[in-house]
Amino acid sequence: MNQDDTTAKRRALMIGGAAALGVLVAPGIRLVEVAAATAAARPEGEAVSAKVRWGMLIDANRCDPNCHECVVACERENGLPSPKRSTDVQWIRKVELKDRKNGRTMSLPVMCQHCADPPCVDVCPTGASFKRADGIVLVDRHSCIGCRYCVMAGPYKARSFVHEPVTTQRPEVPRGKGCVESCTLCVHRIDRGDGPACAKACPTQAILFGDLNDPDSAISRRLREIRATQLRADLALDPAIHYVGI
Amino acid sequence: MRARGRVLLQALLAGAMSLAVTAAGRVPQPAYEVDKSTTCVAPPAEMRRTHMDLLKHRRDQTVHAGVRGGKTSLETCIDCHAGKAGGAVTGRPDAFCEACHAYAGVRLDCFECHQSKRGAATVVSGAQGPSR
Repeated sequence: MNQDDTTAKRRALMIGGAAALGVLVAPGIRLVEVAAATAAARPEGEAVSAKVRWGMLIDANRCDPNCHECVVACERENGLPSPKRSTDVQWIRKVELKDRKNGRTMSLPVMCQHCADPPCVDVCPTGASFKRADGIVLVDRHSCIGCRYCVMAGPYKARSFVHEPVTTQRPEVPRGKGCVESCTLCVHRIDRGDGPACAKACPTQAILFGDLNDPDSAISRRLREIRATQLRADLALDPAIHYVGI
Repeated sequence: MRARGRVLLQALLAGAMSLAVTAAGRVPQPAYEVDKSTTCVAPPAEMRRTHMDLLKHRRDQTVHAGVRGGKTSLETCIDCHAGKAGGAVTGRPDAFCEACHAYAGVRLDCFECHQSKRGAATVVSGAQGPSR
């Protein structure tokens, strides 16, 4: 019995009755805990606070190269058309990685990494690109002039420009021609106490969403237990999206 | 002189009619469809002058501070004001927002990004149905 199993058993005992629902998300993390982490909605009228920092932990080992459920869920949730041309918007995409030495391939979803020090915010001439108090990097379309400096500045190819008029927006996700946009971590869902659509849709629970500032959240505990990396950690942007197995 | 004045007035009226206005009184009024079974967040006279300020204040609150819902959210406005015929506040000459903005000659930018249809949450998400 390894350390993970022991912790899982102890935690299962502590959860007690709730453990009946114990679907393992990852060793030591149960769905019940994930639900508890995301279900704390702010009271209506209260502004977001910096006490919370939303983030994700993506396990590339669990990610099936042939599965695109997260991408489909993102398009459905945010009213995005499926990209057909290279100029079409893309908020999340599956990236294939291959180790040249041994040919090992892996697949992982990549979206806006919601950096603590986002370069897209630094370069924005109008202040449209901003970081919300809870760490979500967003575009305020009311002041975006579509200059696309942020597209150039961001190292993760996260931002897209909307070239065509849009008529099929979802009411919670306004978007239109002439603005830059990217993953919002499903901010409208977070504001009602829900998690991002991609994390919910993942059939292998490879995406764990939670509060990085809360030491007791499932994501913080998991980050303490295992070695996770951030993409291009050398840039010292401190992304909120962490990866395992890459 | 008087004849010329009348011609001018007729021309003006014809122009105004093309913007979907009714000329019941001396002053042409925009003709729009509105559900009068409920009351708005403020009296109509006040709303006509301040709705843009309410919306602008609200948009910054929503985008930057994440304060959503409530009675002054744009979605709530659309739910009430979308016309029976089109189910939207734009897209028809008698649609609530469009009729007045055409009458006043003020460009309406909101719906280049925002959805102007009522209850589009389930309709627009397409064949795959509402989000999980």
